[in-house]
Amino acid sequence: MSTNHETVPFEEAMTRYEPIIGLEVHVELGTNSKMFCSCSTTFGAAPNTQVCPVCLGLPGSMPVLNRVAVESTIRIGLALNCDIATWCRFARKNYFYPDMPKDYQVSQYDEPLCTNGWLDVTVATDEGPQVVRVEIERVHMEEDTGKLTHAGGATGRIHGADYSLVDYNRAGIPLIEIVTKTVIGTGSLAPAVARAYVTELRDVMRALGVSDVRMEEGSLRCDANLSLNKPGEGWGTRSETKNVNSLRSVERAVHSEIERQAAVLDSGGRVIQETRHFQEDTGRSISGRSKEQAEDYRYFPEPDLVPIAPSLAWVEELRATLPEVPSVKRARLQNTWGINEFELATLVNAGAVELVEASIAAGVDPAAARKWWTGELLRVANERGVELSELPVTVAQIARVEALISDGSLNDKLARQVFEGVLAGEGDVDSVIAQRGLAVVSDDGALLAAIDEALAAQPDVAEKIRSGKIQAAGAIVGAVMKTTKGQADAAKVRALLLERLGVSE
Amino acid sequence: MNSVDADLIRQSASVLAAAISEGEVSSLEVTKAHLARIAEVDERVHAFLQVTSEEALAAAELVDEKRRSGAKLGALAGVPIAVKDVLTMRGVPTTCGSKILEGWRPPYDATVVARLRAADMVILGKTNMDEFAMGSSTEHSAYGPTHNPWDLTRIPGGSGGGSAASLAAFEAPLAIGTDTGGSIRQPAALTGTVGVKPTYGGVSRYGLVALASSLDQAGPCARSVLDAALLHSVIAGHDPRDSTSINAPVPDVVAAANRGDVRGLRIGLVKELGGAGYQVGVLQRFNEAVELLQGLGAEVVEVSCPNFDYALGAYYLILPAEASSNLARFDGMRYGLRAGDDGSNSVEQVMSISREAGFGAEVKRRIMLGTYALSSGYYDAYYGQAQKVRTLITRDFNAAFDKADVLISPTAPTTAFKIGEKVDDPLAMYLNDIATIPVNLAGNCAMSLPVGLAPADGLPVGLQIMAPPMADDRLYLVGSALESALTDKWGHLLIEEVPSL
Repeated sequence: MSTNHETVPFEEAMTRYEPIIGLEVHVELGTNSKMFCSCSTTFGAAPNTQVCPVCLGLPGSMPVLNRVAVESTIRIGLALNCDIATWCRFARKNYFYPDMPKDYQVSQYDEPLCTNGWLDVTVATDEGPQVVRVEIERVHMEEDTGKLTHAGGATGRIHGADYSLVDYNRAGIPLIEIVTKTVIGTGSLAPAVARAYVTELRDVMRALGVSDVRMEEGSLRCDANLSLNKPGEGWGTRSETKNVNSLRSVERAVHSEIERQAAVLDSGGRVIQETRHFQEDTGRSISGRSKEQAEDYRYFPEPDLVPIAPSLAWVEELRATLPEVPSVKRARLQNTWGINEFELATLVNAGAVELVEASIAAGVDPAAARKWWTGELLRVANERGVELSELPVTVAQIARVEALISDGSLNDKLARQVFEGVLAGEGDVDSVIAQRGLAVVSDDGALLAAIDEALAAQPDVAEKIRSGKIQAAGAIVGAVMKTTKGQADAAKVRALLLERLGVSE
Repeated sequence: MNSVDADLIRQSASVLAAAISEGEVSSLEVTKAHLARIAEVDERVHAFLQVTSEEALAAAELVDEKRRSGAKLGALAGVPIAVKDVLTMRGVPTTCGSKILEGWRPPYDATVVARLRAADMVILGKTNMDEFAMGSSTEHSAYGPTHNPWDLTRIPGGSGGGSAASLAAFEAPLAIGTDTGGSIRQPAALTGTVGVKPTYGGVSRYGLVALASSLDQAGPCARSVLDAALLHSVIAGHDPRDSTSINAPVPDVVAAANRGDVRGLRIGLVKELGGAGYQVGVLQRFNEAVELLQGLGAEVVEVSCPNFDYALGAYYLILPAEASSNLARFDGMRYGLRAGDDGSNSVEQVMSISREAGFGAEVKRRIMLGTYALSSGYYDAYYGQAQKVRTLITRDFNAAFDKADVLISPTAPTTAFKIGEKVDDPLAMYLNDIATIPVNLAGNCAMSLPVGLAPADGLPVGLQIMAPPMADDRLYLVGSALESALTDKWGHLLIEEVPSL
């Protein structure tokens, strides 16, 4: 294994070479059961507790295809503008490896379910946003393998390990593989295009609800293929970079591989066809398995399964369930909510778009809905390490709080305390308000008493205000807010104060 | 015991079932009689790899209890049965005749086994077979050959020699076999018993350790056509665990067996199955049976299936190709034999050493053939071409079934040969299945039933009846009529002539 540290700076490399990229994305479908048996797919269960004769590949066991997995794959294909096959089969991919219960993987080979699609992605350039159409070669289904953990040894790989452990909980989880056609002509935008493509794909999956697409948990994995060639010359040899586990890494992996290959080519060397492993810490990749001698997987049609033959009616039925395309939806939301690209990106990254939409539908003001979801609630979600949608708060509760704010019963500070109580499981909005005593003090008599007290305590300030220095009123208002523990409407306090002192603004 | 002969082991399954349900004899008595017979003769026959005496006795007592309580019993309740060791049975060692699976106890029942249990049948044990069902003599079992009860120096056929021999030795009244290229029918022919390969998809393959998934089919083995039909109806029918299982009603094979009528039926003689390469005595008995069928009112026509000549070649590409993949999982990692794991070998080496140690020569031969046939660059020439031949054979069958309701041929070209005679000559061994293989390739159904003893060697000869997919009832209609006529002629079933052990 050799690590080539020689690189050519990206901008310089781009003056001499054109990159060609190709992306293979694996998405774990979020079905309740595995692809060919009824075992659970829940992430994080104790090793080998979600297994049965079928996903363990025990002698005599046979697969039965999960209909929901087919449905999800067809919906993905439709969302990516693919043709859906009217008849296709699974194949066996034969190779020996201990993470493979049967020593073959049931996959689709020359008869994928979806072919020939595209996805438009937007990248930022100096001249503004640019739309790039990424063409999709195929979307096919396959079963995941078990997960190996290698103990001991220096590399964390199977060779040199003291022993290895296999967890077959992952074996048989439905995977789909989305393969792009070669993406040419993107030049120095190639790393950004790769990132934008995977991001857009993630958003599409999320909108379809077919996967939780969490790169850190491996439910979305990306392999980036890259080759360089001099302008006007034939295509170069490609490498395949694996272990790219975040959107940022997708961009960095392509970026660094351009720098590495350029150095190889500059020195008169030859790019080796190989698998490379991306290293998060260094932002570089290390050489893995050579693919110079293509492995012979001896594919043949899987005789234990019958062909998939989706009827036109079924496909149309599924087409009708497609959500709005994320990019189109984003443009629409930007427009109707009157927000800029950056504000929208914040919502998208927070996973708050649907929640904000739902809140607005429940009657919350758009600005307020965005403020709550990307402010206080996002802070709590991050603190707890959960998705926004997993927080124990409903859009109805947000609508109730907003209604109380607009009728003056709550202010911002109190509202935050209401959410704190709701999130702590203290009950619904009104019961939290009742239990914590959070209502705004609106009794004029009580407020006037507090104002008089504050004026008596700070006679010099009172004098300043009387003499027309109205900006000094803040000190008195602050004191009143303190006395009332924040449960007063500051604007109202200010108005009462000025009236009391007989001055006007 | 009035209607039941004192000699319980020689009774048919239907008579035993009736006697048990009438309370004339208990399932426990019947089971004990068979276990005693196994103890007495199996050392010489070696039909069984595993006798599950305790479980069998417990199951028999349960059936008797159920009968006494007045519960309704199935048509074969309390009747003992032997199961080929290629079907999984919870907690009972399943070896497939191979060292590589020695000691493996499956955690689940095959659907066929589950249906036997649900029908209150009593499983006596697991029968011997060629390793992973690869062979036509049961000599390729890693646990030693099975001997033919007609002549213990001869093979009982294969791969299901154990199941067939257990019937001919009166160790069991019924048995389950599996048929990938003739493994139910050829042993039936060689032991003077009845064996049926149902329509592909007619009986669930779930729990049947796969040899060649697109060809394998479990089916009934019996000493009479009616017994086979009763067992057929117990095990057949749709199973949601097997995607290739047919979701349609099972043809009424029991009614057909009870009716037994060939009047007005067109029976096709397949020109390509017979003649050169077939033993004279086999052809003689076959031709007599054809005359008998004509005498019973059948119209006999000759049909030609020219592509059958390529069946053996296509079969020996498709089967090894699928087997090479199906048998990959036996790698010493999860169950069965593991060899070479002394800390000095890599995981690939342990897999390789385990497979080297665990598989026999015939299995290795076919894995290599199949690996080669699927290799990149050879796939189209071998596996691809073989699939085309398969389509042509199906077309030949379709054309033939336009002219005839059923087709017939000798089941096997010869009677039982001597143990050791062909074991070193794979091609000679493969030719045993020349007449049975086309049915597996096309996926339709067939039966073998005895039609007499070859004059020269006094050994049983089998006749094969072939019917279209899901017309399994026709096998029983014709088989039962022929069996009755032969029984009338001889005064008894052919199996009564088997020498006593």
